[in-house]
Amino acid sequence: MNISRRKAVKMIAVSSALFCSGVGDVLAGKPEVSDQINNIISGSQAREVDVFLDVPEIAENGNQVKVAFEIESPMSESDFVQEVYIMADGNPAPNVAKFNFTPYSGECFASTRMRLSKTQDVYLVAKFNDGTHSITQSTIKVTIGGCGG
Amino acid sequence: MSKIKPRAKIPKEAELDEVIEIKTLIRHPMHSGRVKDVDGKTIPRLIINKFNAMFNGKVVFTVNLEPSISSNPYISFPFKVKEEGTFELSWEEDGGNQYKLTKSLKVI
Repeated sequence: MNISRRKAVKMIAVSSALFCSGVGDVLAGKPEVSDQINNIISGSQAREVDVFLDVPEIAENGNQVKVAFEIESPMSESDFVQEVYIMADGNPAPNVAKFNFTPYSGECFASTRMRLSKTQDVYLVAKFNDGTHSITQSTIKVTIGGCGG
Repeated sequence: MSKIKPRAKIPKEAELDEVIEIKTLIRHPMHSGRVKDVDGKTIPRLIINKFNAMFNGKVVFTVNLEPSISSNPYISFPFKVKEEGTFELSWEEDGGNQYKLTKSLKVI
């Protein structure tokens, strides 16, 4: 047991420092996505509503990552979800898809499959017909990226 | 890649006011414009960029797709049954090609 306590503490300190700087980079390097989200929601109020973004915690294959969502809404003529944007902040192009709902939908849910190049955050921005919005986010760990190149 | 072929799974019949789920899939490579072929040349972008679902001539659901969508794009969406009719589903490719599919729905 000659690995000194001092050495061990040092190692932990270094690794946690690395980890922290990594996280900082991820958060700092996404002005594009936050700009886009700000564009979409500019001038609108946030609404408290149940939004369920169903994505895996770990995606083994970044080529086919299931993304499904469900938003609580009566979907009537006067109150319905109009647009749902999906964005992935680590992809070369962060936009993934935009779903346009109508009152004919009856409920608000949909699913598709997307490509993810690396471990990243996925955002869902929902816009309601009265101009309010709702945002949710989820982190997906990607084992093998799916953007080729 | 084999021929581009759209498919859809819609219940043949449904009850009035029932919300059904429609599942669609189109066989398409969705070239994002970032992948290189064996010779190191970039494969140009060629994706399905729009999906439209119409019922009896009314637009009920659309999706704008970006290169981040997987190959063979799968889309499922809800629809509330109010009347009998026909679904017209269409997929638009970069360059203007369209792939269409029609399916009918009965009310029981």
